[in-house]
Amino acid sequence: MNKEFRKQLTIDLATVVIGYLVLGLLIRSGVINAYSKGILLMVCINVILTVSLNITSGFLGELALGHAGFMAIGAYVSALFTKSLNLIPLVEFPVAILLGGIAALIAGYIVSIPALRLRGDYLAIITLAAGEIIRNLLKNLDIVGGTKGYTGIPNYTSFTWAYLIAVICILASKSLIASRHGRAIISIREDEIAAEASGIDTNRYKIIGFVFSAFFAGVGGALYAHYLRFLQPGIFTLDKSIEILVMVVLGGMGSIRGSVISATILTVLPELLRGFSDYRMLVYSLVLILMMLAKHNDQLRALFDKALSSFRRKEAAHE
Amino acid sequence: MSNVLEVRDLGINFGGLRAVDGLNIDVAPRQLYGLIGPNGAGKTTVFNMLTGVYEPSDGTIRLNGELLNGKKPHEIARMGISRTFQNIRLFRNLSVKENVLISLDTQVDYGLFSGIFKLPKSFKQEKAMEEEALELLKVFELDGYADTLACNLPYGKQRELEIVRALGTHPKLLLLDEPAAGMNPQETQNLMDAIQRLREKFAISVLLIEHDMKLVMGICEKITVINYGTLLACGTPQEIQNDPQVIKAYLGE
Ligand SMILES: Nc1ncnc2c1ncn2[C@@H]1O[C@H](COP(=O)(O)OP(=O)(O)OP(=O)(O)O)[C@@H](O)[C@H]1O
Ligand SMILES: [Mg+2]
Repeated sequence: MNKEFRKQLTIDLATVVIGYLVLGLLIRSGVINAYSKGILLMVCINVILTVSLNITSGFLGELALGHAGFMAIGAYVSALFTKSLNLIPLVEFPVAILLGGIAALIAGYIVSIPALRLRGDYLAIITLAAGEIIRNLLKNLDIVGGTKGYTGIPNYTSFTWAYLIAVICILASKSLIASRHGRAIISIREDEIAAEASGIDTNRYKIIGFVFSAFFAGVGGALYAHYLRFLQPGIFTLDKSIEILVMVVLGGMGSIRGSVISATILTVLPELLRGFSDYRMLVYSLVLILMMLAKHNDQLRALFDKALSSFRRKEAAHE
Repeated sequence: MSNVLEVRDLGINFGGLRAVDGLNIDVAPRQLYGLIGPNGAGKTTVFNMLTGVYEPSDGTIRLNGELLNGKKPHEIARMGISRTFQNIRLFRNLSVKENVLISLDTQVDYGLFSGIFKLPKSFKQEKAMEEEALELLKVFELDGYADTLACNLPYGKQRELEIVRALGTHPKLLLLDEPAAGMNPQETQNLMDAIQRLREKFAISVLLIEHDMKLVMGICEKITVINYGTLLACGTPQEIQNDPQVIKAYLGE
């Protein structure tokens, strides 16, 4: 193994473990109460959704508007599984999550077939339609409650599960992007014709991007179902897809770290703004605009970079 | 020895326009071959057919005897035809090295699983790719720019990087579409030397489109001139320069 890679891996793992211990301790000691813990779980789930959407939107460069649909498939399939079986949660839940992911992956594969022939606006429309079709199918499926909703889903999404799976999603995405497959996916965003001329089977890598993205949307959906414990097709509308897309765009197309940060901020923020009641959405949009401006302001960015680099230097000095 | 490229009766229609008609081209191993003609003659269209971007309406294209008609561009690239573009097409937001790594993808085979779980095979192959990328960049002394974003390279260097990227697929035939366009005389001279050098180093044939007659006449061993998509003349630089039809339609004077 390459030395630099091993060092990076050690740092990443240390950050992950420390983060887990600190947050876990705060929950155990009651500093993070049940309400805040709920927000923390939603942060993990939204990180998974945002990072996975970034694979298609940021790295592959296709505007995809069906993420909520794939999320819905993962949510319903996993819930159907845990509700029908009565195994111990430790066995049942990971299998349910995996099944939710695989079901979404299959749906992602099916959607990718017509999507391969289309680009830009047309692709956006196809993915939007796919999301709506999934939602309307669910409305008419009586075994999962139809429009009335699907209740009594076990409360399995613990902090440990949500955190662990968010970490797996981030690491898998980073690893994909750093491989030859990830480079091929990015080359399609950069110039599809040049990618083909360089020997890249662009159709194959579009499918890989789509399917990877859909898989983790399904996984996120499974966690969501077992956190909310109640599902309704109305949760997975276009609004939900756009909400995730906003997180991707704000964090930066093609930046996994950015996705993690923006998913965190945009999940916590609306909760902090609850005090403003009527003006909540107004303040929320103002903050969105401010964040956008900050991202594109060179002076602010320079300040931020300087803070980061001095932090890194200190870190280096400690070694 | 048999030809690397054999094009027979090649033709294509765009709606009512017959952009290329009845064209034959034979490129020998290690040959430097020029394809010239006035603007809109159909030169780039020929390249697009050779690389599978357009499917020919009629005729056949063979690479070392193997039929290319109906093959996809990435398949043709892997079979041994590589190209550059008239309007530079780099992966602009990627580094110079990454641009080459993408075409070097053709030389490795580690799978998705190995890539995501970073198995030893992926490490070994990535390391080999990295080394070869730097080696290839040296052909144009671009190794010092390895970590520069492609879009930040000076124009002439961008054209050179495109050639390096094309070499990454280990082609048998390299197609260059106006490689000297926008270059100053010094850069053009360097390019001429480089093309000859890489022909020797990689033992490849080169088919190039170019409006710079000094370059074409200086390095090509054989030239085909087309006009309105049809053959006007074919021969050595000497023969082409003295052909009255070519002088009238293209060279002037
Ligand atoms: N996709 C297309 N659809 C319709 N017409 C096309 C297409 N591609 C090329 N043509 C036409 O085919 C003819 C040949 O174009 P081509 O680009 O091959 O010329 P060229 O010889 O490369 O010219 P230049 O020296 O200006 O690059 C032109 O009349 C052009 O308008
Ligand atoms: Mg042209």
